Amino acid sequence: MVDREQLLADRIWQRYDRKERLIRYAALLATLMLVFWAVRDIDIFWPWVWDAPNQISNLGARMWPPSAVGLSGILNALMETVHIATLATFLTIFLALPVAYMAAQNTTPNRACLWLGRFILVSSRSVNTIIWALLFVAIFGPGVLAGILAIVFRSIGFIGKLMGEAIEEIDRRPVEAMEATGASKAKVVAYAIVPQVMPAFFAIVVLRWDINIRESTVLGLVGAGGIGVILQGAIDTFAWPTVATILIAIIVLVLLGEAVTSLLRSKVL
Amino acid sequence: MLEITNLVKRYGHSEAVLKGLDLKVEGNSVVSIVGASGAGKSTMLRCINRLVEPTSGSIKLNGTELVNLKGAELRRARRKIGMVFQGFNLLDRLTVMENVLAGRLGYVSFYQAISRRYPPADIERAFVLMERVGIAHYANKRADELSGGERQRVGVVRALMQEPDVLLADEPTASLDPRTSEQIMMLLQSLASELSLPVLINIHNVAQAKTYTERIVGLRHGKMIFDGQPGDFNKDALDAIYGGIEAPDDAITETPGTAVEGGTP
Amino acid sequence: MTPSNPPTPRAWKKPPFIANPLLRYGLLVMTVGYLVWAFGSLPFNWERISEGLPRAARIFSGGFPPNLERYELLLTGFKESFQIAILATLLGVLLSIPFAVMAARNIAPLPVYLLGRSIIIISRSFHPVIVAILFVAAVGFGPLAGILTLTLYSIGFVGKLLAEEIEEIDWGQVEAMRSTGAGYLVTLFYAVFPQILPRQVGLSMYQLDSNLRASAVVGIVGAGGIGGTLMNAFGRYDYDFAFAILLVIIAVILLSEGISGWVRKKIW
Repeated sequence: MVDREQLLADRIWQRYDRKERLIRYAALLATLMLVFWAVRDIDIFWPWVWDAPNQISNLGARMWPPSAVGLSGILNALMETVHIATLATFLTIFLALPVAYMAAQNTTPNRACLWLGRFILVSSRSVNTIIWALLFVAIFGPGVLAGILAIVFRSIGFIGKLMGEAIEEIDRRPVEAMEATGASKAKVVAYAIVPQVMPAFFAIVVLRWDINIRESTVLGLVGAGGIGVILQGAIDTFAWPTVATILIAIIVLVLLGEAVTSLLRSKVL
Repeated sequence: MLEITNLVKRYGHSEAVLKGLDLKVEGNSVVSIVGASGAGKSTMLRCINRLVEPTSGSIKLNGTELVNLKGAELRRARRKIGMVFQGFNLLDRLTVMENVLAGRLGYVSFYQAISRRYPPADIERAFVLMERVGIAHYANKRADELSGGERQRVGVVRALMQEPDVLLADEPTASLDPRTSEQIMMLLQSLASELSLPVLINIHNVAQAKTYTERIVGLRHGKMIFDGQPGDFNKDALDAIYGGIEAPDDAITETPGTAVEGGTP
Repeated sequence: MTPSNPPTPRAWKKPPFIANPLLRYGLLVMTVGYLVWAFGSLPFNWERISEGLPRAARIFSGGFPPNLERYELLLTGFKESFQIAILATLLGVLLSIPFAVMAARNIAPLPVYLLGRSIIIISRSFHPVIVAILFVAAVGFGPLAGILTLTLYSIGFVGKLLAEEIEEIDWGQVEAMRSTGAGYLVTLFYAVFPQILPRQVGLSMYQLDSNLRASAVVGIVGAGGIGGTLMNAFGRYDYDFAFAILLVIIAVILLSEGISGWVRKKIW
């Protein structure tokens, strides 16, 4: 009897040993404390939280049924949004590629360029499109120029960073081979680097265009053109059914954008 | 006792993969099932534990009809059927012990499963079985850190942890090197007699089937065309089953030269 | 041996990317045509734009050097953004798991799959700013709207990636669990979740970082956090304070990116 118990006693199994368990509990405790602090300290009027579902469904009811008033205006604004996104993405290509070239460790001419390139990319990415839009509206006034510039300035960071990474990941051997023939730097780039990064380039630009369509829908909310302007107008005048129509139009636009994106990707890649 | 009667499996409207199989496995026999790829070996085995749904027919395990069980009844039936897989199918990110204990999932509560609080008797059994097959020292290692043969042994222990009434092995050695696969076959054979367990093994390697099992069932295109002792499994039987398809693993060709593939100009 | 006449030199041209010349030139014409048309159809207020450069000079001189005098406002704003990000990420990541399970073709029955996919697609179609405006209209200004917005945003983002991850798991492990008689939920916990856990952790860290950035932005439309502080500064033409806020936002984003990258490497 005693032997069996002894045997069993020796054969205990625990998933985590003492040290691992301590760490797991400590991490859990830390997370819980953080959440607890956030909940306690945050400036929320808690009765409103319980009322929230009610309020949300209330708003939903006010939006139904969606109204077709001003549909042509909405569609025009939708076109404008698409133009903003497309033109801006197109312009970005010319700016982002040189920056990507500078920011890639294997193609940058010197250290100063590397840091400059990286700095440009990081600043571009750290400032949200809307904030760029605010800035450009303050400078150039409300309108589509502010919107286009905002998208350009944000997209440079996105396309530049991903292209830079693509450039850094190329196979060095064709580059070596080209350099060995005595080709100039520009020709080496054209023959050894460009063909290797073309597929990535295409995918990145298409992806960013898709994201930019989404971003362009909200530029108007700070005055930078596109459907956001109409949306802001409808919200300000509490024309909820019109808001619903605009939202539906936006979903359709986004879905169309996704469809075009997957079509392009499957056709070319 | 496992009794399969007129088992038919058809996908959509195409030709049936299993065309009315009858099989009776009694007591503690070790049965090997041989046949070319596509003969229906895997389908038949998976029909037994309903990983594949039979189209018609009957499968009885110790008197219980398996074919029309659903939900909790099906799960209760499954826990009595142990399965060893060709690809081992281990939970790679979990430890060996957790993999082995997962064999008890049909028996423990949800809470016990999630919190890993298995009954001491199960843990004891796990240790005993792991020692028997020689992997006890890996208990707390991640399953994907083991070699192929060791991983299959974990799979075998997991299946045995279910205290099954029958053990199904779906090409357990196909992913292993020749020496390791001999070890696994030996293991299955000895475990079958130690635990008085009927075992069905799908296998390509006819030589191993003859060495380690006491009954060979041959399938071809979904029909059973051989059922007998290894001693009776001769060249004619082999041809009937593989019919001109050269089985690279077989070692009973009469003329030494013909089994060699490739290399001839 | 007399050398034979040299053969006529052969020409070679690189085969164009698009073989069909009609398609090739057609695309070129269409692209140029589109650019001209789009540019022409957009309303540009050239007068106002030409005032832009002098205006920019004024703004930048007003904004420089950045003014940190009202740093308490800054800190309060950031604290709120941080709280919004934490709670939204927690809620979002937890909720994204059931939605991801619903939206994975290999483990959800068809009607459930369609429902799950639609919810995720809708959560992703709207820019968080639009969602923020709607929530502000529903539940009022303040961080509550921000948390609701970013939770939805997180569910959409993490849920989609998680669903795709689930669709690519090793199905053998699921088969093995089913063969032992384990139920649906237990199979989920033993065979599915361990396979997606590393990705889930990575996604959560990324989402925390993402939400921190986004919380700065939804504040612009009144959903709480540092965005609100920024809008106030801009509205009062306090460009030097606004610039300071902007710099701190950039710094915090960089810091959080660095930390989340380090943590992800450690856990891997």
